[in-house]
Amino acid sequence: MSSINYSEKIPNNVNLSDDRTLQRALEQWQPNFISWWDDVGPEGSTNMDVYLRTAVSVDPNGWAQFGHVKMRDYRWGVFLNPGEADRTIHFGDHKGEKAWQDVPGEHRANLRRIIVTQGDTEPASVEQQRHLGLTAPSMYDLRNLFQVNVEEGRHLWAMVYLLHKHFGRDGREEAEGLLERRSGDANNPRILAAFNEKTPDWLSFFMFTYFTDRDGKYQLCALAESAFDPLARTTKFMLTEEAHHMFVGESGISRVIQRTAQKMNELKTDDVGKLRAAGVIDLPTIQRYINFHFSVTIDLFGADESSNAATFYSSGLKGRYEEGKRVDDHVLKGQTYKVIEAKDGQLVEKEVPMLNALNEVLRDDYIKDSISGVERWNKVLDKAGIPVHLRVPHKAFHRNIGALSGVKVSPDGRVVSEAEWNASVDQWLPSNEDRAYVASLMGRCVEPGKFANWIAPPVMGINRQPVDFDYVRFN
Amino acid sequence: MDMTEIHVIKQHLIDPEICIRCNTCEAICPVSAITHDSRNYVVDAEKCNFCMACISPCPTGSIDNWRTMPRVKAYSLDAQLGWDELPPELTPEELAAEGVAAGAVPDIEPVSPSLPAASNGEAVFNSAQYGATLPPWSAAHAYVNLYGPKTAEKSVTATVTGNVRVTEVGSDDYDTHHIVLDFGKMPFPVLEGQSIGIIPPGVDASGRPHFARQYSIASPRNGERPGYNNLSLTIKRVLEDHQGRPVRGVGSNYMCDLRVGDTVQVMGPFGTSFLMPNHPRSNIVMICTGTGSAPMRAMTEWRRRLRKSGKFEEGKLMLFFGARTQEELPYFGPLQNLPKDFIDINFAFSRTPGAPKRYVQDVMRERAADLALLLQDANTCFYVCGLKSMEEGVVLALRDVAQQAGLNWDAVGAALKTEGRLHLETY
Repeated sequence: MSSINYSEKIPNNVNLSDDRTLQRALEQWQPNFISWWDDVGPEGSTNMDVYLRTAVSVDPNGWAQFGHVKMRDYRWGVFLNPGEADRTIHFGDHKGEKAWQDVPGEHRANLRRIIVTQGDTEPASVEQQRHLGLTAPSMYDLRNLFQVNVEEGRHLWAMVYLLHKHFGRDGREEAEGLLERRSGDANNPRILAAFNEKTPDWLSFFMFTYFTDRDGKYQLCALAESAFDPLARTTKFMLTEEAHHMFVGESGISRVIQRTAQKMNELKTDDVGKLRAAGVIDLPTIQRYINFHFSVTIDLFGADESSNAATFYSSGLKGRYEEGKRVDDHVLKGQTYKVIEAKDGQLVEKEVPMLNALNEVLRDDYIKDSISGVERWNKVLDKAGIPVHLRVPHKAFHRNIGALSGVKVSPDGRVVSEAEWNASVDQWLPSNEDRAYVASLMGRCVEPGKFANWIAPPVMGINRQPVDFDYVRFN
Repeated sequence: MDMTEIHVIKQHLIDPEICIRCNTCEAICPVSAITHDSRNYVVDAEKCNFCMACISPCPTGSIDNWRTMPRVKAYSLDAQLGWDELPPELTPEELAAEGVAAGAVPDIEPVSPSLPAASNGEAVFNSAQYGATLPPWSAAHAYVNLYGPKTAEKSVTATVTGNVRVTEVGSDDYDTHHIVLDFGKMPFPVLEGQSIGIIPPGVDASGRPHFARQYSIASPRNGERPGYNNLSLTIKRVLEDHQGRPVRGVGSNYMCDLRVGDTVQVMGPFGTSFLMPNHPRSNIVMICTGTGSAPMRAMTEWRRRLRKSGKFEEGKLMLFFGARTQEELPYFGPLQNLPKDFIDINFAFSRTPGAPKRYVQDVMRERAADLALLLQDANTCFYVCGLKSMEEGVVLALRDVAQQAGLNWDAVGAALKTEGRLHLETY
């Protein structure tokens, strides 16, 4: 069960060949996927051999096989973690019952919606990152970008398999829709707003993989608890791949900060102008990028009070982060949780039923995790002896979803007037000038072992290869 | 206390400066040895059994840190949870102060060493008339017959950790596989050019256990994955016998159909002659067809790794590689990507539509000028591996090259044989 059959047209470990109808349906979807990849996948990369990680099985020995392959030949497919016999539902109203191998009729619409929303983010990332290969700061980073790209593509496969196998004609139509929407397209955009934002430069890409892929981790963790067993199993395997994406972001920003700190010490200055003249990204700009990406990403968790969230939890579709490790009744009826709202020009907390606040619970778990990563970046600054710390902005800052969407809040959590917001927004969020400056640094640097001036080399190479390893062969 | 009784471990630790707290290691650890708090991910020295399951899934490399420690002084979970960075390795003096003798060996080594150190000298190698029976003078010593009918252990169990197809086209049957076998903690030291025996399970038509099939090793001495106790093979399905009658090869089909996680019984290693030179500025000329490329891949990769590490001065690599078509040639893609100043690659395709048939000896003749220089250089070794039918053509081509260059083939041919510089392994 654990190893993946690569001799089939669609590599899988789900015995796809035993279900001819499903196999044919997926085989019809496949050329559309490839043509989508050709249209909006990584630009100008078709002939490169990239040092990619490919899974040959879903157990520890097999899922990280490294070798040079052309991205178009990457074995996208359907891989589920091994199932547990007699797994039971461990939260919500169905607690203690047997996990579902098929979709119960009453939850069909909600499950489909959850899967489609998750699935829609995967090709969106690839579209958002389409042009970044042309401005990679090193061959090592280029390889990491491509690894992220192919795995996002495979995550799309994971969701499409569920749609085809369990949702009949509706599922097939939804799967087609996943290849028809386009990130940022005014007529047919991706479902979630953050996935329609541009990722124009590598600082944005690192922020995206740090913040937004971490959102992916939390969403996938919540789905990995699902009573719908095929969803739980496929998302568990996706999580192992997602980890690399977060690594790209966390180490990427860390290296940007390290390089900036190095220049600050070298030039003995924190003057933005001088640092920009030296070709590195000043800390205030990095802070503004953090503010932007953090706030856009926490919107992805949805409204702070949501009856859908309550339904999803109680009906067993979507658990909490680390549901199995929590010590409460896993039903959550009669419990409350604090959410923030703006009242009389102040942010105040109010108690709401816990079940309705589950989006907020997941958001808060995410925030805690994001903050500790930012603290690790601060250690880079501490180590360099620079007395500045980066931080994530207040949870109410720059929100466009839920109770806080109508209020203007500063990064430190003060409700501000429209006028103050307008006067200060360029200090809080990346200005056009910031973005233009960062864009001006983006030039391709892909000689093995060479790195663009604005970023430090990584501590170690991928799969313990040397940093100057031939990660991408341009042929 | 007797110094030798101090139990030493290689303690498994995670570097908190690199770890991104993605939870992959904790999720994947089969013995729940990994845990975390809001600050760090840590490994419980009491529970970790060195299974290495967490190593490759870690996206950061932070998981792969080891410290020699007296077992009783192993870093506790609490200590590790408080770290901002990894503590340095204890110095020999600090270890001595804890009662650990210099050079003390851990009770369990996390990674199996793979480099051979000495030879037992026993060899079985079939060579044709022109082939040498001795290895080049600078070859490393090879271990042979560690497992076989005449040894205490008749075979050793290896686990399949990879099985991928390496040819581009053809029906599902007409394929060549790259198979990785892992020997876990069992000794199986090998060198490039050696082979191993695989015993297919079950019995033949007359009810006897199958005899072993021999396959050349396709990976270098330190493993398909450097530093791991594994090796790779290049195996093509046998679908017809030498007379062209359809027959499914027992060994090759068994091997090609293996899945990751399956185990196989292995004998060997075999071969003490088809070994590569190791002295600086030694040249290697490799001539092969099909899966005869396996030992060539091994040698090329070893030279490539040496070159990367700066441990090899110079020395030419020249490859003549024949196949029916480009698509049937194993490792075509990876070969194309080797730097031109590292290896001189010459392909010969005999069935490319619309193009005349070309065999390796044809291409060798085209490269006569370069080959003549190499033939005259005593630092050059020649290796031929592949179909039996190529052997004569190749040796004749070498003779012609020598004669055209005004060399005395009788002298040159004899020297190649007696100096262990021409190796033939055909089947």
